[in-house]
Formats: sequence, C-alpha cells, structure tokens
Amino acid sequence: MKGEIRLAYKLLVNDRAKFASLLVGITFAVFLMVQMTSMFAGILNRSSSTVINLGARIWIMDPAVNNSSSNIPLPDYVLDAVRSTEGVRYAVPLYSGGALVRLGNGTYQAVTVMGLDDSSLFGRPALLEGNIKDIYAENGFIVVKDAEYAKLNSPALGTEFEINDNRAVVVGLAKVSVGGLFGVPTLYTTYNRAIQYLPTTRFTTAYILAEPKTAADIPAIKSVVASLGYLALTEDEFVQRISDFYKYQTGVGINILVMTLVSFIVGLSISGQTFYTFILENLEKFGALKAIGARSRELVVMILFQATFTSLTGYGLGIGLCTLVITLAKARMPDYAALITFANLGIALGMVVIIAAVSSYIGVRKVLRIEPFDIFRS
Amino acid sequence: MAALQPQQEQSPDRYAGAAILARGVSKWFGSGEARTQALREVSFEAAFGEMLYIVGPSGSGKTTLLSVISGILRPDQGSVAVEGQDIWAMKSDGITDFRLRTIGFVFQDFHLFPRLTTVENVAIPLILKKVDWGEAIDRAMKYLRIVGLERRAHLPPVKLSGGEQQRVAIARAIVSQPDILIFDEPTASLDGDTGRNIVAFVRDEVLGPHRCIVTVTHDSRIYEYAHRILHMEDGRLKGVENGHQSDGN
Repeated sequence: MKGEIRLAYKLLVNDRAKFASLLVGITFAVFLMVQMTSMFAGILNRSSSTVINLGARIWIMDPAVNNSSSNIPLPDYVLDAVRSTEGVRYAVPLYSGGALVRLGNGTYQAVTVMGLDDSSLFGRPALLEGNIKDIYAENGFIVVKDAEYAKLNSPALGTEFEINDNRAVVVGLAKVSVGGLFGVPTLYTTYNRAIQYLPTTRFTTAYILAEPKTAADIPAIKSVVASLGYLALTEDEFVQRISDFYKYQTGVGINILVMTLVSFIVGLSISGQTFYTFILENLEKFGALKAIGARSRELVVMILFQATFTSLTGYGLGIGLCTLVITLAKARMPDYAALITFANLGIALGMVVIIAAVSSYIGVRKVLRIEPFDIFRS
Repeated sequence: MAALQPQQEQSPDRYAGAAILARGVSKWFGSGEARTQALREVSFEAAFGEMLYIVGPSGSGKTTLLSVISGILRPDQGSVAVEGQDIWAMKSDGITDFRLRTIGFVFQDFHLFPRLTTVENVAIPLILKKVDWGEAIDRAMKYLRIVGLERRAHLPPVKLSGGEQQRVAIARAIVSQPDILIFDEPTASLDGDTGRNIVAFVRDEVLGPHRCIVTVTHDSRIYEYAHRILHMEDGRLKGVENGHQSDGN
C-alpha cells in the first residue's frame, strides 16, 4: 500500500490551492475550537483560584454557596462543631471579602482580602519577599504579585495604603498558583485583622477549612456537617461545583458551546466542500485508475489517507496557532484567561476526526460510484 | 524497441491461440420502456500481432463492446475469453487483477493526473502492481525515453502538447508490458498529422507479435494502419474488413 499512499499524498499536496484551502479551513476551525474551549477552561480555572490556592482538603460552607466569591458567612458554632467531629484533624476559619484600598496617590482600588486563621495561617501563600511572621506585625498585609499587582502601583515591602480608613503596610509579596477571575488584586492578612478592619455582617467566617485525619473520614465528616444544615465538600468537589455554576447558570458555558459548534460547522463546511471539489475534479482519474486495475479498497485507502493527513496537519497547525496566540496574548495581557487542557485538545481532535470522516465519506461515496465504463462513455 | 514488447513468458503457447475471443455477446441498458439493447450477439476474434479497429457511428455499441472485452462491463449474454481465460467467469477482484496484469488502456482524453509529473503518471500501473516506488519510477523513465519524452519526465502533463500527452498515455499503458492494449479514440484529441504519427508509432513500435491492440475510432484517416476493421451498427457486427496492413504485413 506504500505506493498508493505516496500517490495519494502527491495528488493531495501537489494541488497546492486546494490543499491550502483544506488546511486553512481545518486550521482555523481547530484554532477557534481550541481557543473557545481554552478560554472557558481558563475562566473555570480562575473561578476556582481561591480553592486551588488555599489547598484545603475539606471546605465547609452554606449549602446555597455555588462559587467561591459568593460566600455566605457561617455562625461560629459550626466551627466548634466541626472541630469536635470525629475524624477531623483540625479546622480553621477563613475570611474572604471585598474591600476598597486607598493608594498613596489618592486613588481607590478594589481588592479581595483573605483573612487566614491567626494561629495556624493555614492556606498562606508562598512568599517571594518578606517574612510570613511579619503578618502579625501591626497593620501587616501580604500582597499577591500576580497580573493584578500593578493595579496597586506595584508596592514594595513597607509600602503603605489605607483600607477602610485603617493603615495597612505591605510586609510580604507572595505568589499563588492561579490568578483570580475578576481582575482585582488579592491581599492576605490574619483573620482577626480582616474582621477588625473591614465592615462585617453578623457572622464573619466565609468558609471553614478542615483537614481529615484520613481520607476514609471524609464521608463521616460530610454527614455530620450535613446534619448541622451545612455542606462539606472536598477540594475537587468544590471546584466542580464552581465549574458547574459557570457552565450551567451563567450563560458562559452555553455561549462557549455555541461558538465551538459554530467553529466546528465552519471547519466542516470549508473542508468538506473543498475535499468534495478535490474528489470531483479527480473523479474521472479515479475512474481511470479503476479501469487500469486499482481495486476499490485501494482507492478508499487513498482517500482516507488524504482526509486523515489533511485533518491531522490542520489540527497540528491549529493547535500551534492557538498556542502562539494565547502565549502572545498572555505576554501582553497578564489577565488573559485561557488554558489549553488535554480535554480541549481531545474535544478538538474528536471534532477534526468527524470532519475527516464526513469529508472522506463524501469522497469515498463518489469514487465507489464511478464506473470505469463511465470513463469510456465520457 | 524490444522493451516495448511484452516479455515472452514461460509458455510460448500463450500466444498461439486467440488474444480475444468474444462469442454471442449481448448487452442491455436501462429497464422497462427505456430498456435498449446496446450489443446484439456480437462474436469476433482478435489475434496476437493484430491491430484491430472497431468502427461505427455514435451509438453503434463500439464503446460498450470495448468495455465488455476489457473486463469493465459485464455482458448480459455471451462470453469473452482473453488469452483463453473466460474473464466474466472470474470474481470481481480477479477481473481487476487480470486487467492490471494483462490489459493496458489509452483513454480518449488520456486521463493523466495533472498534479503528478509525467513520469509518475507513467508509473501508476506499476505502483498498483506493488512495484517499489523507486523501481517504478526508473522503469517509467525507461518507457518515457522510448516514447521520446525523457526530458519532459518531471513536468506535469498539462505542460505537454496533445501529441506528447498521448505518448505519455501510451507509455503508461505499456509500462507493465500488457499483452492486450485498448485504445479509445486515440486520435480524437489530436490534429491529423500528430494522430497519424502516433498510430504509426504504435503500429511500428508497440504492436509486435505478442501483443494485440484493439482500437475504437471514428477517424477514417487512420484506417490504413489496421489489420482488420470491425464495422458496428445498432449493436450488431455488420461486417469485417481487412485493412491495408493485412496486405502489407
């Protein structure tokens, strides 16, 4: 079959205009599909940034919470109850809330403030500069050095600003695994300082972060928390809950799905149409090959090879183009939320396989129907 | 020009009998009221070393007959033996293989792939016979040299004149050294002189004692090159005429 494959390859690539059209169609379809799904993956990833960055194994929350930024404060007794639950190694409160920072130049900037348990500092970020113990110093705050860092005028250690008329001093610069979704800088301080500096509701604990003694204890902990009327989720479950919220309750998921389908249909139309024209132009030649002595299955293999080769080449180019665009975009816009995951690549590959299958099906049908006798008759 | 001739194989007896033997071949097309009979009880024989023409007006059945004897169109009645083998008794893949081994085709419009080079076009039958690509190209180049187109080998066919394309088609038809050659209107796309030159080349260099060439043509200017001419009309064989070649050869 090697000879026929080489023949098919030459027939395909030597028709430069058609080959280029096919590649352009599939490349852009893949580019758009991966771009859309990557943006979605990026949004989902960033929407769970708090959960990922703090790294707690169990998150306890009000059952109405569907994403990390819309927390509903928990009564203090829940923390006590969780701490006294069999199988809980430890449990700590977490404050999470929004605030306005008045910068040195007099301008205001919205921020997210995370208040960590005073005694354990559980969930503290890795420091780039400064000492974690300085968080206990008077007015001490740690600034996350991410894409939003510049919005605070890129503060250094010792920089001062105001939060709710309270003096704040930068005592550390930190890094986190995942940046936030909403484009606001993040500050870390202690739980008690957070509730002292910021206006609060009756209850102040956004989440309780718990560590089970063993993984086997998790179901029992969940059950106890449920009996209190609250919800305990593992880190993965909470991330999934947030993803489901953005997918199904915000319209983002549907919009991305529609755009991905449109990209797929555009790719399918362009490549299907071009491949059909390619086959049509060569149809009599395929008929001549049949007359000379080519078996139908050899012609089918040739067409399948052409469709597969074009699709996979377009797939590679599309992925490459998407990677390039995302890399360039992130270099220029650090906030750009796009993340190419294996799932994105798999979805795009699946769609490309469908494009190849449909295109070759059209071609194969045509070629199988042409009779060598038609060549004489024409 | 020995290279243009089929290699004499193990059995010289192979060329002793008829190259093609058609007996009572009939063919219908369509169904119901649209059913028409394209061939009516056609019988004839073609010998090795013979250049046989099938002529007749449009719709007389000559293309249908050509397709039936070359294993492309199954007749509804009758039998066709090529080199003593009843081709329509074979299975579909068997007929395809038999065509590949035994029959070479030169089509009216040549049907050369415009996206392949000339030498790659010539190599196609060898590639279908699973000959290694490099060897197929070497052998195709040899045949291009014989038909005088070696220097055009790496050009696409569209860069060649009609006569040159016809010679490429001939080289492709004979590159696998088939015993039977089928020419469909070989001069239809050529001017008078070029057509005659091509047919003269075929008669002088391609035919040989171990090959039979069957040609369908409308072109009376090339009748002089035939050994025999079968006249078709309304699907029937109306008569057989000896060509000028039969006197001269």
